Amino acid sequence: MSDTQVQYSGTDRFLVREDHHPENGTLLGFWLYLMSDCLLFACLFAAYGVLGRNYADGPTGAQIFELPTVAVNTSLLLISSITYGFAMLEMQRGRVKPVLLWLAITGLFGAGFVGIELTEFHHLIADGYGPQRSAFLSSFFALVSTHGLHVSFGIVWLITLMFQVGKFGLTTANKRRLMCLSMFWHFLDVVWIGVFTFVYLMGVL
Amino acid sequence: MGHDHPHDHGHDHGHDDFPGHDHGTLKSYSVGFILSVILTAIPFWLVMTKHFANPSTTAIVILAFAAVQIVVHMVYFLHMNAKSESGWTMLALIFTLVLVVITLSGSMWVMYHMNQNMQPTIEQIKALP
Repeated sequence: MSDTQVQYSGTDRFLVREDHHPENGTLLGFWLYLMSDCLLFACLFAAYGVLGRNYADGPTGAQIFELPTVAVNTSLLLISSITYGFAMLEMQRGRVKPVLLWLAITGLFGAGFVGIELTEFHHLIADGYGPQRSAFLSSFFALVSTHGLHVSFGIVWLITLMFQVGKFGLTTANKRRLMCLSMFWHFLDVVWIGVFTFVYLMGVL
Repeated sequence: MGHDHPHDHGHDHGHDDFPGHDHGTLKSYSVGFILSVILTAIPFWLVMTKHFANPSTTAIVILAFAAVQIVVHMVYFLHMNAKSESGWTMLALIFTLVLVVITLSGSMWVMYHMNQNMQPTIEQIKALP
């Protein structure tokens, strides 16, 4: 154990002679989680890419997708991304109330996104175009609802953090949590770029 | 953590809590947002107005816009750079991208060829000369 670069330096202290480790590996660890989540979405995208044109005499994408609704949904998610960015900027300034305000606005936009998506699903299923109708609709529901489920859990996490910040203030732990949720939220927006391009826009071509 | 006591988080303090992480500024968030709006609006406009007569052209163009927008989000919202966490975030991202490309292109390639080699349907057989 002589090459471990740990040296007893006198009284009761150890000296570690190597690169400074980051105080918390949480942010890197959370990034790795997001990358694994990215692989999950890649599999769902691949399933949609393979099955997306197997209509089984059912409706095609051009017949059931409403692009204006998708455009509204896309802008809601995009705006929620920048409002979360504003929350992060206020966090850096250490101001609790503006952080809570921007988080609340972000949550409302996220809830609007999930609400519109659920309405769209409801219409499709009520018209008989549920996931059991064709391979196209199965892969469509699997991909889009997995994304919507992520956004929903993001909103639950966001509300939890609003209570945390409201009660305990912007402590180091709360800042770390806010930064993790920031990565999660922006990552979901990145996945949505793939969804609206690959599923909706290319579906109506 | 050593922050149990009430603490005044001033302007200088926020950056020191998480060294090695880029936080972004009002300018970077605004630039990212404006670029994203433009890069989202153009593909929707192209598809909704059927700007190109050939659907394949539209598909390639909107996929290119999506790729650019993903890079914009990575840089301006997720603050990706080669330096954060000593480059480990970038390395993990590159590894993931390689796997994603293999998964997507591999699945489509294999399944396309399988569809090509399937037994012909009864209509296709009847259509044979």
